[in-house]
Amino acid sequence: MIDFVHPALLFILGALPIPFLKGSIRKAYLMLIPALAILAVLTVQPGSYGAAEFIGQEILIAKVDKLSIVFATVFTIMALIGMVYALHLTGAGEHVAAFVYAGSALGVVFAGDYLTLFLFWEAMAFASAYLVFAQGGEQAIRAAFRYLMVHITGGVALLGGVILHGLATGSLLFGPIAGGMDVAAYLILAGFMLNAAVPPLNAWLTDAYPEATVTGAVFMSAFTTKTAVYVLARAFPGTELLVWLGTIMALYGVIYAVLENDCRRLLAYHIVSQVGYMVAGVGIGTEMAVNGASSHAFAHILYKALLFMGAGAVIYVTGRRKLTELGGLYRTMPLTVALYMVGAFAISAFPFFSGFVTKSMVVAAAGQDHRALVVLALTMASSGTFLHTGLKLPYYMFFGTDQRLEAREPPRNMLVAMGMAAVLCIAIGVFPQPLYALLPHPVDFEPYTGVHITESLGILMFTALGFVLFLRALDPENTISIDTDWFYRRAARYFTWLAEKPLARYEKAVSDISETAVLPFLHGTARAGLRIDLNGVDAVVNGVARSILRGGGALRQLQTGVVTHYALAMIVGVIAAIAVFAVVWR
Amino acid sequence: MIRRVVDFFGEARYAEQRRRLFYLALVLIVIADFLVPREHAEYLWDRLPGWSAVYGFLSCVLLIFVSKFLGHQGGLMRREDYYD
Repeated sequence: MIDFVHPALLFILGALPIPFLKGSIRKAYLMLIPALAILAVLTVQPGSYGAAEFIGQEILIAKVDKLSIVFATVFTIMALIGMVYALHLTGAGEHVAAFVYAGSALGVVFAGDYLTLFLFWEAMAFASAYLVFAQGGEQAIRAAFRYLMVHITGGVALLGGVILHGLATGSLLFGPIAGGMDVAAYLILAGFMLNAAVPPLNAWLTDAYPEATVTGAVFMSAFTTKTAVYVLARAFPGTELLVWLGTIMALYGVIYAVLENDCRRLLAYHIVSQVGYMVAGVGIGTEMAVNGASSHAFAHILYKALLFMGAGAVIYVTGRRKLTELGGLYRTMPLTVALYMVGAFAISAFPFFSGFVTKSMVVAAAGQDHRALVVLALTMASSGTFLHTGLKLPYYMFFGTDQRLEAREPPRNMLVAMGMAAVLCIAIGVFPQPLYALLPHPVDFEPYTGVHITESLGILMFTALGFVLFLRALDPENTISIDTDWFYRRAARYFTWLAEKPLARYEKAVSDISETAVLPFLHGTARAGLRIDLNGVDAVVNGVARSILRGGGALRQLQTGVVTHYALAMIVGVIAAIAVFAVVWR
Repeated sequence: MIRRVVDFFGEARYAEQRRRLFYLALVLIVIADFLVPREHAEYLWDRLPGWSAVYGFLSCVLLIFVSKFLGHQGGLMRREDYYD
């Protein structure tokens, strides 16, 4: 009786047959595996599985507790929704990559030791990069290479930290970093923060996600940053630095979202902003804050996927992605508008939508921990969230100036996937208890109080008033925004200029000197050497060779071909050897 | 039904109705904020009815103009071919 089926295995081994299946069999299979994975996670019992030894280190393939179950549950649900959204694709590549990606994310969530974690961590980077490469075209391929480069760098930092940590503590088991923050802990933290897109390590996200395929971006919005939130919650709860970085992050994403013109890049900046709440929650580290961070990750994956699916549907139908080129689609895509708006209300934390019961837990935890500034900043960020995802984006994408675009509703499977996510966004908002029961710590929090409802509505609706009054100031502009990717996109160019101009000139000067001064000198020395070689060395060598020839001739005399002579020689040799042994070794 | 709701928010002929409904909602929210019981007032602003409305509006305005300032004067916004 197998008491634990690793859902990562289901996905990764389950990816192998996909290219060989065709038509409706493949479609059924693509939904069957995530469904089985959901079942596996729902029936899993907390405990440790797959303990082993590897190069003298303890390995624990799966450590299951409540924290990992929360994330695994939403990951498997998301894998199913994402697969339904991608069912219409004919090629197998994206399906395989998405399976490996989801499987690796689950591998990270259950990893009991750092080596297992690291392997799945890297697999995630490569599988997700494929979803950007699959888009094709120069722009996407360049972005995919940058994405891969950044993640591999982060992986190296993580691996370095893991090795130092292993050497210092003698154990690679994955758990809270005990003791003070040393170099190893900071390296691991940096690796984790990079995947969580904590500024200044955030630009890979907003660079690559909007370049991914319509279906690929949906998967990407779910897994990478949230596995990072999970590992932070596991290893670094209560780290003060994370409170402040998380709070800055929440506002950082919102500020950039004002400037953004690309619809999915705007949404990507809101991933940064929303993950900020989770990172701050992990940093606060109280039971309520960690509960808030995990539940917000759960809700976030569903509504953010819904938003990406909505924007993806628009791109799929119109082929356009800039807000300046979109508008007036509400007539042809009313279902998409409605489903998108459910996601928008959920991310903005309207009462009876999922964000309301999860985001508020993080803010309340900050309040309970006497962090007034964090409360104010996070509340301001919620205002910005509604301003962009709830007002600006839908206004310029679906309403606003009618661009008279040819449009229709997207394929049925896309609408069904969006419907599934929308139902969950509302269900969690209306009945938060099942989600609360899943959380790592007991929940003592009631979201539906009179004050909380009126305060939330006050913040949100008066944000809407600001939007209505200053609509013209928000008009999207045909620009791109400089983020920290500047350092490897633009500064790298200055570096190559440095390599080409001053360094090349320096090299030329050096080679000039060598040609005018050093080369004649070298020629002279070489000629002198040749003379010495011919007259001195060669004479010696020839002399030696002649003596060897003569010696060889003398030795030839000894080779008589008579067996007894050889036997005699051997016996003499053995006696000599014994004599040497007796004299020298005794 | 969905189409009719979406049309209500899109069609120009409902603009006046939309505006009235919106302002009515704003007024009702502020009134409700004055009426709800406030037991666990931890911070100063928890005791101020209507505070969230003011803070929401100010946050929105601040975010719009600070961001646009950073974008235009701070040099964050660049031409689309900046990296080409």
